[in-house]
Amino acid sequence: MMTPTNEAELAGLVAGAKGALRIQGGGTRDIGAPVEGDVLRTSDLGGVTLYEPGALTLVAQAGTPLRDVEAALAAEGQRLAFEPMDHRGLLGTNGTSTIGGVVAANVSGPRRIQVGACRDSLLGVRFVDGAGRVLKNGGRVMKNVTGYDLVKLMAGSWGTLGVLTEVSLKVQAIPEAEATLVAEGLTSAEAIAALSAALGSPYDVSGAAYVSKEGKALVRLEGLHSSVQYRVKQLQDGACAGWSIAEGVKSASLWHDVRDVRALADAVGAIWRLSVKPTDAPAVLEKLGEPDAVCDWGGGLIWVAVPEDLDLRAILSAVGGHATLVKASEDVRRHVPVFPPEPAALAAISRGLRAKFDPRGILNPGKMG
Amino acid sequence: MQMPDPDRAILARKDRIVARLRQVLPEHAVISDEVETRAYECDALTAYRCPPLAVALPTTTQEVSEILKVCHAEGVPVVPRGAGTSLAGGAMPTADSVILGVARMNDVLETDYDNRFIRVQTGRTNLSVSGAVEEDGFFYAPDPSSQLACAIAGNIAMNSGGAHCLKYGVTTNNLMGVTMVMMDGEIVEIGGAHLDAGGLDLLGVICGSEGQLGVVTEATLRILHKPEGARPVLMGFDSNEVAGQCVSDIIKSGILPVAIEFMDRPCIRATEAFAGAGYPDCEALLIVEVEGSDAEIDAQLERILAIARRHNPVELRESTSAEESARIWLGRKSAFGAMGQINDYMCLDGTIPVSQLPHVLRRIGELSKEYGLDVGNVFHAGDGNMHPLILFDANKPGDLEKCEAFGADILRLCVEVGGCLTGEHGVGIEKRDLMVDQYAPEDLEIQMAVKDVFDPKWLLNPAKVFPLRSSEARRMAAE
Repeated sequence: MMTPTNEAELAGLVAGAKGALRIQGGGTRDIGAPVEGDVLRTSDLGGVTLYEPGALTLVAQAGTPLRDVEAALAAEGQRLAFEPMDHRGLLGTNGTSTIGGVVAANVSGPRRIQVGACRDSLLGVRFVDGAGRVLKNGGRVMKNVTGYDLVKLMAGSWGTLGVLTEVSLKVQAIPEAEATLVAEGLTSAEAIAALSAALGSPYDVSGAAYVSKEGKALVRLEGLHSSVQYRVKQLQDGACAGWSIAEGVKSASLWHDVRDVRALADAVGAIWRLSVKPTDAPAVLEKLGEPDAVCDWGGGLIWVAVPEDLDLRAILSAVGGHATLVKASEDVRRHVPVFPPEPAALAAISRGLRAKFDPRGILNPGKMG
Repeated sequence: MQMPDPDRAILARKDRIVARLRQVLPEHAVISDEVETRAYECDALTAYRCPPLAVALPTTTQEVSEILKVCHAEGVPVVPRGAGTSLAGGAMPTADSVILGVARMNDVLETDYDNRFIRVQTGRTNLSVSGAVEEDGFFYAPDPSSQLACAIAGNIAMNSGGAHCLKYGVTTNNLMGVTMVMMDGEIVEIGGAHLDAGGLDLLGVICGSEGQLGVVTEATLRILHKPEGARPVLMGFDSNEVAGQCVSDIIKSGILPVAIEFMDRPCIRATEAFAGAGYPDCEALLIVEVEGSDAEIDAQLERILAIARRHNPVELRESTSAEESARIWLGRKSAFGAMGQINDYMCLDGTIPVSQLPHVLRRIGELSKEYGLDVGNVFHAGDGNMHPLILFDANKPGDLEKCEAFGADILRLCVEVGGCLTGEHGVGIEKRDLMVDQYAPEDLEIQMAVKDVFDPKWLLNPAKVFPLRSSEARRMAAE
């Protein structure tokens, strides 16, 4: 296993590589088609290099543990707005999640619906491409349209376009208060309708989820104490009539469970992550035979556990959206594409981009299909 | 500003190219008359002009596809154009290019409040997108100053921002999907009513690619319910440093205003003379706006005012009515017009880390003396996006060049302190040659390699974004 300690060393290793490389951060998110090759880990590229709380920006080496980033931010009353999920429980992995891994997988949690995905908080990247060139794009300021936005392209590219060495992120102040409105015993249709109504209100909802097991629906509000109380009341008079309230740590714990998809941690079979139009969620669940599911993003993000031999994409194709096979046996991941197959024209573009960024095809080859 | 020499072979084939375009388009969709094409000789960067070979004005995605097929077969450069409001020359043509204007494509295709999106043809203006959902209480958040005129197509091309993006983000954060026509005429769908890409984030790279990767004809945009209300507060300070520190403290406090706008003394004086908004005569002025119900606004402003008071403001003006709010915004909204009354001006768009504000303003002041040109600063302070307005006299020989050199120095300064050349206007032709100050050759090379993939013949808006020297080999090979 290669564990370079600085960017130049990493670039040298990539440039000198004789064959395929398996790019890893902390190795907690083993998602994608199995990749053969020498492991190259960025976990020794560590450290927060710049943090300006007054500008809401943080720059860190890719291998910096996520928990170190979060601790540095918490010390200033700030956080990563996009609330990255911890995959370890769901995937049964160990190790230490790195900030580079979070970016490479574009990991976003419940607050995605309010503040955007990881990619929306990402201001700049440095990375080593497949030819061993050190490249940069974006920067550390919040508004930047100078040249093409390769920052977005690198987020969620799973180490197939380059090996991230440094990331710049926009961060957010931790609000004074949070509260969650909770309902139980709802059908998915009832829940999604209520979540849509709450999200379509002026009350700045920062989380809207449904857990099928208890028929539990959740709506989160964050902000100043008085403001949260006011908005809770407004929603209780409208979209969330009769819902109970969880505040503070109780609220936070509910959202940790949603974020990390705890409801499916012990599920058997394949775990899929679907991105759909929110109001399509009930129909999708029905077509899938009402499996155990966690619906986040107001219904737009669906996590389900289904038998490994179920052709989920065939069922989804009638509805629209896309599906990623997050967890399945290696055997299944070898013959079922993990990432959604793209239409021919887009597949050609993706292929073309990979050929430019990684002309020798050595960075996580085949991982994304 | 240098542009590549037009391809004489294309100029010689004008009649044939125009005839082929007419063949595939309805009547009145092609303009080739030398007088009429003049209307398309420039965008809002009016210092540079060149009429195009022809102008095509389609009404459907299919027609866009047909136009591009013809131009692809003929090897003719295509310059996509929204409403022509680019300040960077993004829609400026060359004599051998066809302008593909989407202004006639302005339909709303779908509105979905349950899923909070609207799908529109991209010729639709920014403000009329909000207009289409306003009665139902919704709005489209990105609000460039030109929102009355600018088209969504151009917003996507430049990844436009606006005063309220501190809270709501810029175009790329509010764009969910596009229908795009590739240079060879192929129509592709990327994204849609669902969130995030399943594979590589192609939508992310298309947004902000300045019309160089494809022609976006339809867009799915995120819409939000309007807040219950909004209210600004005005603060005056006797130094830029103190105002900058106040911005930083507000941001750190955990309250997220929707906008924090900054004006410096030259700009305050100019707008006072022009609009008479009743601004205090001070060194630096902030307008901070928050949203919510009345009580929520009160609670936020109470904290913001407490922070401001710690910095000994020379003025703190709260608004108690819609009319007073409008007056607070009046000067800021008239700033460009006010500067324009004094002289011609060039509007810059660099972004800096907020902490560098005092240093950068001081340095701009020094440069202003060195160049002998006045400058006023308007600034989206919350996110560090500066708009220095340099005054010059377009009729005075050499003044434009001097102004451009001054502007280039300011933008280099932005890069030097950790910022960038352009925060929301785009590179276009205006900042093309400064790209080498922000990016190393290999950083530009990988960006151009992206264009190679989408547009291998380099026909889409080819003379933009990259320094002509850097892109020359590719543009030549394509001919």
